[in-house]
Amino acid sequence: MSRYLLRRLMIMIPSILGISIVLFTILALAPGDPFEELATNPNVPPDVRANLRAKFGLDDPVAVRYVRWLTAMLQGDWGFSFVSRIDVDALILQRLPTTMLVIGSSQILALLVALPVGIYAATRPYSVFDQIASTLAFIGFALPTFFTGLVLILIFSITLDWLPFVYRADISGSGWRWVWEHIRQAIMPVAVLGLFQAASYTRYVRAAVLDVIRLDYVTTARAKGLAERVVVIKHVVRNALIPVVTLVALQMPVVFSGGIVTEQIFRIPGIGSLLISSILANDTPVIMAVTFVFACLVVAFNLIADLLYGWLDPRITYR
Amino acid sequence: MVGSTLASPTAEIARPQPVSLAYEAWRRFRRHRLAVVSSVVLLAIILAVLLGPTFWTVPINEIDFTARLKAPSAKHPLGTDDLGQDLLARMLYGGRISLAVGLAAMVVAILVGTVVGAIAGMSRGSIDAALMWVTDLFLALPQLPLLLLIIYLFRDSLKSIAGPEAGIFILIVAIIGGFRWMPAARLVRAQFFSLREKEFVEAARALGASTTRQVVRHILPNSFGPLVVAATIDVAAAIVFESTLSFLGLGFPPDIPTWGRLLFDAKDYLDIAPHWALFPGAAIFVVVLTISFIGDGLRDALDPRKVI
Repeated sequence: MSRYLLRRLMIMIPSILGISIVLFTILALAPGDPFEELATNPNVPPDVRANLRAKFGLDDPVAVRYVRWLTAMLQGDWGFSFVSRIDVDALILQRLPTTMLVIGSSQILALLVALPVGIYAATRPYSVFDQIASTLAFIGFALPTFFTGLVLILIFSITLDWLPFVYRADISGSGWRWVWEHIRQAIMPVAVLGLFQAASYTRYVRAAVLDVIRLDYVTTARAKGLAERVVVIKHVVRNALIPVVTLVALQMPVVFSGGIVTEQIFRIPGIGSLLISSILANDTPVIMAVTFVFACLVVAFNLIADLLYGWLDPRITYR
Repeated sequence: MVGSTLASPTAEIARPQPVSLAYEAWRRFRRHRLAVVSSVVLLAIILAVLLGPTFWTVPINEIDFTARLKAPSAKHPLGTDDLGQDLLARMLYGGRISLAVGLAAMVVAILVGTVVGAIAGMSRGSIDAALMWVTDLFLALPQLPLLLLIIYLFRDSLKSIAGPEAGIFILIVAIIGGFRWMPAARLVRAQFFSLREKEFVEAARALGASTTRQVVRHILPNSFGPLVVAATIDVAAAIVFESTLSFLGLGFPPDIPTWGRLLFDAKDYLDIAPHWALFPGAAIFVVVLTISFIGDGLRDALDPRKVI
C-alpha cells in the first residue's frame, strides 16, 4: 500500500511541474514589467534600475527564472501581499479552512443526493421516477450557480427572512447557538453548490449503474436467491462506483470554479473571494499563489480518487 | 440508445428506397420530443436577439431618472434598471454577445480539439503519448482561476490593441476555447483509433491516398457525429463561462450589457428590483437548458456513444 502511494505521488510530480510551467508561461508572457514604475520615474537613474534588475534576476534566461520561481513556490515563499500587508501564505492559510468546509460539505450533500437518486433511477429505467429525476438533473445542470444563489437569496433572505445572506467568519457567542449560527449561514451556499454538482453526479451514477446492472454476474447473484437490496448494494453499486470516482475527480476543477462564484455571491471569506478581490486590487503575489493552491488541490483530489479506485477495485493491485 | 433501439425494421419495409443519412438522423432526432421543443425555443430566442432590435428600437443606454428600477410595464416590458435604462433592449443586445461568444468559443475549442485529436490519433507512440499527457494536464487545470489570471494579466494590452469591446471579445473567446478543447481532442482521438483500422480506410491507403487525404476525406467525416454533440455542449458551457466572468465583474466592460453583466449589476438591488436579476438569469437558464436537450437529442440521432 505504501509503495503504491509512493508511486502515485511520483506520478503527481510531472502534473505539478506541468501546471507550474503553464502558470509561469502565462506570467512570463504577460505584458507589463514589475519595474515599470521605476522606468517611467525620471528620478531613478538607468544604472540603478539595471542594478535592481540584476539583483532580482529579471534579465536571466527564462529557464533560470522558472527554476528560481518554482523553488520559491515549493518552499512556501509566496511573497508579500501588496494590499493586506502580510505574507501570502499566512493570508491563504487563514482563508483555506472556510473554503474547504463549504466545498467539502457541498460535495457530501451532492453525493448524498446523487447516489440514492441515481441508483434508484437506474434500477427502474424509464419509469416515472427516472424521467422526473433526469429532467430535474438537466434543469439543475442548466441553472448556473450564480443565478440559483441570487434566487435563493431572494426567496430565503429577502422574502422570507429566514437565513442570513452574508457569511461571517467572526460570529460571536458560544455553545450550540454558535454552531447553529454557522450552520444557518452555510445552508444556502452549500445547497447551491451541492445541488448543482448533484445534478451531474446523478447522471453519472445512473449511467454507471445501468452499465453494470445487466451483466451476467448480477443475474447470478439474483439466481442465488439474494435479496434485491443485497444484489444492488453489494454487487452492482460497488462496481458501478469505479467509473463514478474518476468522473467525480475530473469534476474537481468545475467544483472549485463553482466555489469561487458561490463565495463571491454569499461573501464567504474563503480563497475564492480572496482571488477575486486580489484581481480587482491588482495584488499579483496573492493571485499567483491562490491559482497555484487551486491547482495543487485539484491534483491532490485526483490522487485521492486514485487511492479510492484501488480500494474499490481489488483488480488494481497496489504494486 | 433509445433512438437506435426504436429504429424498428418495420420502418425500413414501409420505405424500401434508401433514405439519406441526414433524413435518418432527422427521423431519430424527432423522436426526442424535448429536443424538438428545445430547438423551436432556441430558434425563437436567436431570432428575437437578431431581429428584435429592429422592432424594439429603444436605445440600450437611454438614461431616464424618472423611471428608475421600474417593474415590467407596457412601456418597459422587462422593466428598467437603476439608471432607468430599458431592460428589454439591453437583454436583446446582450443576448447577441452571449450567443456570439458561445458560438465563437465553440469553434475555437472544436478546431483545436480536432487538430490535437487527429494528430494524436494518426501518430502512434511518443507524439500520441505526449499530446495525451498535455490533454490530461489541461483537464486537471483549475480553469476559472486560470481564466481570471489570464484576463487580469492580458486585458489592458489587448484593450489597447483592438479596442475595449473587440479586445475583450477576442480574449474571452480565445481562453474559453483554449480551455475547452480537451473533450473534443479525446473524442477525435478515440474515433481515429477505431476508424483508421477499418477496411475502407485500408482500401484508400491501398489506392495510394496520402495520410492527409485519408484523414480529410475518409476518417474525419465519419467522426463528425460525436463531434457535433460535443460542439453543442461546448456552446452551452462557453455561454455559462462568459456569464460567470461577467458576473464576477471581470468580463465585458460595464457599458456592454451581456446577460452575466446584467446579473452582476442587478445583484445589489435584489430586494427592490428582483425583475432585473430574474430576466437575464432566466435567459441564460433557458438557453443552456435548450442547448443541453438539443445535444441529448443529437446524441440519440447521430451516435449512441457517450461523450465525457
